[in-house]
Amino acid sequence: MNELLRRLLFLPDQASSFARDFDQLHYFVILTTFVMSTAVGLTAIFFFIRYRRRSETQTTPHIEPPAWMEALFVVVPLTFFVAWFFLGYREFVRQNTPPIDTMDVYVMGKQWMWKFAYPDGPNSINVLRVPAGQNVRLLMTSRDVIHSFYVPEFRVKMDVLPGRYTELWFNATTPGRYQILCAEYCGAGHSIMRGEVIALKPQEYEDWAASQRRGLADRQDGQPTALDFTPPLGNLVEQGKRVAADQGCLKCHTTDGTRHIGPTWLDLYGRRERLTDGSVVLVDEAYLTESMMDPALRIVEGFQPVMPSFQGKLAGPETAALVEFIKSLQSDAVRTGPSEGPAYAPIRGR
Amino acid sequence: MSHEASAGAGARLPPGILAHHFSSLSRQNEAMQLGMWLFLATEILLFAGLFTGYSVYRFQFPEAFAACSRHLELSLGTVNTLVLITSSLTVALSIHYARSDRPRAAAVCLVLTLLFALTFLGIKFVEYSAHFHEKSLPGKYYAFEEVKIPGAAMFFSLYFLMTGLHGLHVVAGMSVLSWLLWRTLQGRYSSAYYTGLELGGLYWHLVDLVWIFLYPLLYLI
Amino acid sequence: MRLSEADSHALAGAPAHPDYLHDGTTVMSWLNTRDHKRVGIMFLVSVIFFFFVGGLFALLMRFKLLQPGPFFMDALSYNRMFTLHGIIMIFLFLIPAIPSAFGNFVLPLMIGARDVAFPRLNLASFYVYLSGATIAIWGMLHGGADTGWTFYAPYSTTSPTQVAPVLLGAFVLGFSSILTGLNFIVTVHTLRAPGLNWMKMPLFVWSTYATSIIQILATPVLAIALLIVTVERIGGFGLFDPARGGDPVLFQHMFWFYSHPAVYIMILPAMGVISETVCAFSRKNPFGYRAIAFSSLGIAFVGFFTWGHHLFVAGQSVFVGGAFGLLSMFVGIFTAIKVFNWVGTMYRGAITFKTPFAYICGFLYFLVFGGMTGVALATTSLDIHWHDTYFVVAHFHFIMVGASVMAFLAALHYWFPKMFGKTYHEGWGLVAASLIILGFNATFIPQFLLGNFGMPRRYYQYPEHFQALNVASTAGATLLGFGFVIIVIYLGIALRWGSRSEENPWGSKGFEWLTASPPPTHNFDEIPTITQMPHDYRTHEPPGVIRVA
Repeated sequence: MNELLRRLLFLPDQASSFARDFDQLHYFVILTTFVMSTAVGLTAIFFFIRYRRRSETQTTPHIEPPAWMEALFVVVPLTFFVAWFFLGYREFVRQNTPPIDTMDVYVMGKQWMWKFAYPDGPNSINVLRVPAGQNVRLLMTSRDVIHSFYVPEFRVKMDVLPGRYTELWFNATTPGRYQILCAEYCGAGHSIMRGEVIALKPQEYEDWAASQRRGLADRQDGQPTALDFTPPLGNLVEQGKRVAADQGCLKCHTTDGTRHIGPTWLDLYGRRERLTDGSVVLVDEAYLTESMMDPALRIVEGFQPVMPSFQGKLAGPETAALVEFIKSLQSDAVRTGPSEGPAYAPIRGR
Repeated sequence: MSHEASAGAGARLPPGILAHHFSSLSRQNEAMQLGMWLFLATEILLFAGLFTGYSVYRFQFPEAFAACSRHLELSLGTVNTLVLITSSLTVALSIHYARSDRPRAAAVCLVLTLLFALTFLGIKFVEYSAHFHEKSLPGKYYAFEEVKIPGAAMFFSLYFLMTGLHGLHVVAGMSVLSWLLWRTLQGRYSSAYYTGLELGGLYWHLVDLVWIFLYPLLYLI
Repeated sequence: MRLSEADSHALAGAPAHPDYLHDGTTVMSWLNTRDHKRVGIMFLVSVIFFFFVGGLFALLMRFKLLQPGPFFMDALSYNRMFTLHGIIMIFLFLIPAIPSAFGNFVLPLMIGARDVAFPRLNLASFYVYLSGATIAIWGMLHGGADTGWTFYAPYSTTSPTQVAPVLLGAFVLGFSSILTGLNFIVTVHTLRAPGLNWMKMPLFVWSTYATSIIQILATPVLAIALLIVTVERIGGFGLFDPARGGDPVLFQHMFWFYSHPAVYIMILPAMGVISETVCAFSRKNPFGYRAIAFSSLGIAFVGFFTWGHHLFVAGQSVFVGGAFGLLSMFVGIFTAIKVFNWVGTMYRGAITFKTPFAYICGFLYFLVFGGMTGVALATTSLDIHWHDTYFVVAHFHFIMVGASVMAFLAALHYWFPKMFGKTYHEGWGLVAASLIILGFNATFIPQFLLGNFGMPRRYYQYPEHFQALNVASTAGATLLGFGFVIIVIYLGIALRWGSRSEENPWGSKGFEWLTASPPPTHNFDEIPTITQMPHDYRTHEPPGVIRVA
């Protein structure tokens, strides 16, 4: 019955602990709506047929409803509405009150991607891996405008606001892949600001988390997703290192301080660079990104304007990965030997 | 032809004052009064939005708001308040004189009201100049040396928005009063008919009332 | 419908005064008119024009949505298009349509007045409307906004598109709404004919009065919200900018404080029209006159306390969600009262199935469906899944198009003879009504399902599994569009070549039918004294047209 109604009403799979209760209330409310609107429409048609005008001079009696009928008009709908409200509100409070044993993940929404960070480990872009059957809490903020984190199969949604943290919790009951959609209009890329929640069997999740901690990010352990701009999973910094090699950045930029065709990346982030026009720029995420997309705009003094633009060649997440990689290249944080500790190196803040 | 009160000497209805769709002058006056009160209600709701914003941010940044408030020139604000209250008195007096068939006295009172309004704007100009000078400006332009806590810029954003919008209403009120002054000099208002003056006076009282709420919120607390 | 002897004689001879359409035929006599009927006609023409412009944008969007990927237009154009569709349909059509077009025409007639309280202000409100429309559309054509009609900060304060002119246009349009509301309230209070006390007022007047209260109290808050966004864009004031201590959700509160009552501005006049036409076409007294009258006031009052149901997932506390959810339930009750009373009016009536009655049937079905899905959304938890999806889009289109536009069309057909003295082709009327009702269902029921399925709104591109329902919706929209075009055609033909209508072709007892169709400029040769209840069909003679030789 549940399944039949669910399919009839185009509801997605019930993949979280909330979904079934949501759907039950949904059926109750929607079916009552269908019944009432059809009943009203049919009654009108029935009255038209039964009481159609039979002559031009026909008169009608003056009828007023008795008080008990008026009361009925109020009490019956009110009972339904208030009952629905209380059923729904109980669920609403439950969905807004994370239990104590949640696993936390930090989420940052920005135009137009989702970034996830686990407190004890890796970052990822657009893909959120969680163990199935585990209460997961998302602590979300936005870097720019209001977004909204929405997973239809989980029946969860919460706006993601700049300057504040909002939270959302869920328990993915079935392992699988579930789409994340942005549900608050945020500009040109709103409709492609999508991601994926991958609920893994608990053991698989443990394996994945352990491999992240060992820094073996270059071993892809999941199937490539359909979203063509999702980078392979792993530590963002390692990802950036890989992109830098793939895209040929390291042909002109060194990471050890040597001056070459372009400025070295070592200690670049946070530096105040003098430009060819005499002004000084603070090298931050914005300047780094601009240099990748429109390199001729602001050239560092003493270098030639020979860098090509990577507009269209680098997807947003790859740009972010490169920025994170450059940020990680601080003199006292660069590893020269084999990796020992956690792959996620703390970034010296601005 | 029905009149309001007993018409004194020199009282006469301006020609064509009664519109064709009103059954009597008293009905028409009643309609004009109601219309103005409704309009005043809309103005109150307009400012209510800003007062709400003020309340929200004051609650969030109590120290910053208090500190910035202390840096406003209290003497100027107080003088302005007295100026506006007095201007409400003079506009009420002008209605009283019109109703007593003394149009010249009414005109004088209107002129006084306008002078007070001008004084108000002048003092506000002095205050604004001081703010520009010391860079206690809204939002992104805020660079006031003496108060550097979070929320200070917000105080000045609200200060400029609220007093700015109020100032615009003072200017609008002055235009209305000037027009009424011209009509008074033309002899339009007398004990037979002075509704236009009453409505203008009502509007001016609202402008005054908004300031009476702005003053304590911005200068006193 | 047979006229009394006196009226036939009166009709046969030339009327003592020309009707308002022919009393001065220069362009200036229209542009400088003080006559509420002419102002109403000018509004009518304008709102119909803008309805088609907004509808064109809707069709273009739906065409794009046939394909899940980029197609036919780019993302920026699409985003601008849904913004423009919303602004035009809400501010340029729905808010003014029934009050400023039909209300202006019919309200003074219904209370036995010669005009509204402030005729020049009425004309001014029309020019303010045109100015606001011009500014907003100019803004849209010159790099216009892509923020959506809801202008949520911080996107609206930081969007690279030209938002300020559009905000200014909306600001100016708000004043038109305020001035109309103000005029109507004063009119109802001060210009009622002798004998017309409050409990004898036609139900359309009650609805319009309630609407006017909302217009004057709610619109200024929109004005201030938009003003703050404008100064933030231009001057960096930062009231909604978290980097400067601001709270973007404060904008949502201020915006919805207006915009929720605004939806009642859009539906209450429609409900008034339905009250009038149900009585006229069932030829029966309203089932619960007081219930219908007071529920209009109830909607206006309670509607001010429900705005927070737009913020259930905006990060507000559960307490806020609960309070607004519960209050939203109460506002739904008033609509339920009206629906039961309208159906009750038909009981033991003498119903004739003319075009307006077809729209009434459509209205009832759509209002109940749309209204109850609104109640469903207000159950807080269900809104978590549905918020900002096509479910909400379908819900509000059911009310705004399914109910409001149906009522607008009912009004247009019911008062067509009154306004123009012409008859339209009844058969085509029913054809168009059927197409519209069918097309509407085909357009928006798939959208309910899309919302269930999980498709968010304002999506230029969408995941492929949503395509089938989108295609269905576009097909329906095309049918719907045809229906509207047919109406304009046969009504245009009727205006130009239609036969002269009778003074009261419907035999309605509404007070506006106490005068000629079309009425003379001054409405009544002699102001009637009202002694009967409105919509009293215990006798069959309609009130005779009161003429003085």
